[in-house]
Parts: sequence; C-alpha cells; structure tokens
Amino acid sequence: MSKKIALTGNYAIAYAVKLAKPDVIAAYPITPQSPIVEKLAEMIESGELKASMIRVESEHSALAACFGAAVAGARVFTATSSQGLLYMHEVVHWASRARIPMVMAVVSRTINTPWNIWPDHSDFVDQRDTGWIMAYAMDNQEAFDLTLQAFKISEDPSVYLPVMVGIEGFILSHTAMPVEIPDEKLVDDWLGERTQPYVIDGLEPKGLGPLTLPEDTEDIFYGIQLAMENSKRVIKSVDSEYGKLFGREYGGLISCYYCNNAKYIAIALGSWTGDLIEAVNTLREEGYPIGVIRVRFYRPFPREDLWEVLRGAKGVFVFDRAISFGAWGPLFTDLVAGLIQYTNKLPIIVNIVAGIAGVHVSAEDFHNMLLSLINRVESGLEHGYFDWVRIRR
Amino acid sequence: MVKIKEPENNVKLPLSRPIIGVAGKTGLWRTMRPIVNNEKCTSCFQCEIYCPVNVIRVEPKLGVTIDYDYCKGCGICEDVCPRSAIIMIPEIGE
Repeated sequence: MSKKIALTGNYAIAYAVKLAKPDVIAAYPITPQSPIVEKLAEMIESGELKASMIRVESEHSALAACFGAAVAGARVFTATSSQGLLYMHEVVHWASRARIPMVMAVVSRTINTPWNIWPDHSDFVDQRDTGWIMAYAMDNQEAFDLTLQAFKISEDPSVYLPVMVGIEGFILSHTAMPVEIPDEKLVDDWLGERTQPYVIDGLEPKGLGPLTLPEDTEDIFYGIQLAMENSKRVIKSVDSEYGKLFGREYGGLISCYYCNNAKYIAIALGSWTGDLIEAVNTLREEGYPIGVIRVRFYRPFPREDLWEVLRGAKGVFVFDRAISFGAWGPLFTDLVAGLIQYTNKLPIIVNIVAGIAGVHVSAEDFHNMLLSLINRVESGLEHGYFDWVRIRR
Repeated sequence: MVKIKEPENNVKLPLSRPIIGVAGKTGLWRTMRPIVNNEKCTSCFQCEIYCPVNVIRVEPKLGVTIDYDYCKGCGICEDVCPRSAIIMIPEIGE
C-alpha cells in the first residue's frame, strides 16, 4: 500500500533511497545535506534498512568508498552539498568514466567564500562536464520520485552512467510537504536487482583504468556521449512507466506549463520555478501569452525537447541561478548552443541571472521582470542580452 | 545480488585483463643481463620474490631460470642475492 506522509526534501530523498534498497551508503556531513544520511543511519540502526554505512573522513573518501563498493557490485548512495561536492569532484569523474551506476543527492548551497549556507545552483552546474546525468527537482515529491528513478536510469544497460539529483538547500531540504511513498513490493518489482557492466570482486583478475593509448581513451569517452544520447529515451520511458505505476508523470526531460500557443517562454531550473509559475499565472490572468519550461534534466541537455516548444516563440527568458563569471548563466549558454543546431533565426533570447547566493526572488519579482521583458520585446528589442539582476529590499 | 550485463552498442570500457607480454617483448629493453651461477645458489627464493616483473623461477633441483623475453635487466635480483650467485653483464645483442 502506498502512503502519504509529511516529509522535508531531505527526508523525501532518504525514503526514496530506502525503497531502492542500497547495499552501501557512505557520506560526510555538510549543511544542508546532513539530514539525508542522518535519516538513513537511523533506518539502518532500527533495522528498517539493511545496508552498510561507511563513515569516512571527507567527501572525497565518501564518493571513493561508494565507487569501490559499486565496482564490486553494490547498489550505493551518497549525498553532499557545495564545498563537499567540490572536494569530491575528482571521484565524480572517476565514477562516470568507469561507467559505474550510482546515485548521489546534491542539496544545493552557495559556494564559499564568503561563508554562506543559502542556495543557488552554482555547486550543481559546476558538475556539468563530469559525465553524470543531472536531474533537478522542484518540490519534495519530485525529489522523492527522481531519486528512485535515478537508480533505474543509472543501471539501464544503454546508459550505465551515475546520476545526481539536485534540490535547493533549505527551501526544499528543510521544509515539509505531503509526499506519497509507493508500495514497497511494487517498487521492488519495477526496480529489480542491481545491473552493471562489470564487477571487480577478486574472482577474475581485472584492472580498472589502466594506462590507455589516446585513441582507445577517446573511444571510451565517446561511449559516454552515446550513453547520454541513449539516456534521453530511457529517462522518458522511466518517467512514463513510473507515471503508469505510481501515478506521477512529469513530462520527461522538461516540464511545460502554459506552453501551448505561448508567444513568450520563461525557462528555469529547480524550486524557484514555482515562484516563476505563480508569476506566469498572474500574467496569464492579465492576458499575456506566456508559458514556463522547467528544465528537469540539465545533462543530457534536452535540446530536442526545448526546440519543439521554442520554435514558435517570439521571446525566450532564461533565468539562471548560477553565474559563469566573465560570461553569463550556464542554462543560457547551453540553450543557445542547443538551438543553433536547428535554426539560424533564433527568437529573442534574454538571460537573467538572479537569486545568486540565496537572494530571495519572489513571484512578484518574477512578475516585474517578466513584464518589463515582454514590454521590451514588444517595443522592438532587436536582439537578446544578459543581465545580472540583484534584487534588494 | 548483482546482474552483469554488457553495455549496449559495444562501447569500450576502461578495463584490462592480465596476459603475458601485453606490452610486447620487453626483454628487448635490457642493457644488462642477469647471469646465474647455480653452483652458488642455495634456493633462498629472494630473486624470485623480488623480481618486479615475475620472470624468475627457482626450482630447488633445476636451479634458477630467467625468462629473457621479458626480463628488463633491472638488476634487483643481483642486489638481493645473498650469495652473489647472480651477476649483471653488458647485453651484447643477438
């Protein structure tokens, strides 16, 4: 039987991990992620979850321990934030390049320095070149669903890549909402036992990551690119079969809101899209033909799906909660690079970077920004631009 | 339990399996050749234990044999032999 309980984003992820029945969990505490692994430790202690918890001295070791266990055939999980994620960055690459399935939660928090525990997306997007599949949730239920789906996607033989699931720290991680937990037996039958391309368990001598000549190394990396392309199909089919079994389907790599016949489309990632949607609700009431695309998967980048929605748009407003210093927002970079593969006549694309370092952006802020953007396009704006909007109250 | 399934599309994985001579006949790299005097050998196995490329075999009755196809001539066996039963001589080629 499924049940509905009030869970924080962190606990929603912990409950999803519990249902995936991992063999090994290794993590190092960092705010705002810590309650995920604290909850999992409680579940192990009470006997609800039969897994080994490896206590390590750093995030680098946390992911290394997960990686080693996963290579040996274990289903594994870890979670981290900000500096911890940066510290484990070397091993992040190890896991994907070795094609080892695993799942990690990233609870976003602004990068030091100065010390700041509020969320932006800079730690998450910093991982974009690692070869991990990167998903980002908007609410606690989606954090739960994505975490469970991440195991399924990661272990698909046409994918075999690790998956990270992001949520914003505190906004989701420490606030509760009702989350539906599906029936354990149903999840067991759907997820099945762990699948991976090889194991190193001592039975057959094998070396992982030996010195490899440039051509063979390039072939191995090309395989990751192919797997990323394959994963688009897998992500969509997992989303739709999950919808049939458990009642929630999100639209695959992107989630669209009021997109049909929208002349203007706003694009964002993560929970602040909720505020953006509220602003768009108001604008629709005021008669503006505007919609929202929420990017659920940042890698693989959903260029096909975005093009399908954006091909008729007049103005596209990309909201980035991360900044590539000296350039602009990462979502904007990828969107433009993706769209020019379909057309030499782009719509007007404007990039707004905001909410950096956890600065609050309200629905009203979004409403004001969108209204002025629409007015600029309507009064003959000739090309897109980038602006870092620093909201002060 | 874990299921092993090959990845689709025959993609390459960063794995190696040990085989003899994966880097070719590395004995060609040798400039100094270890020579064994089996009269002096006491079968203490130090040369076999210390050989970094695993090409020395000590058989108590037959004495010491070295696989010169893969011996790179590093000289560790000469160094560890307590009886000076192994000496290194310049390689003069075939």
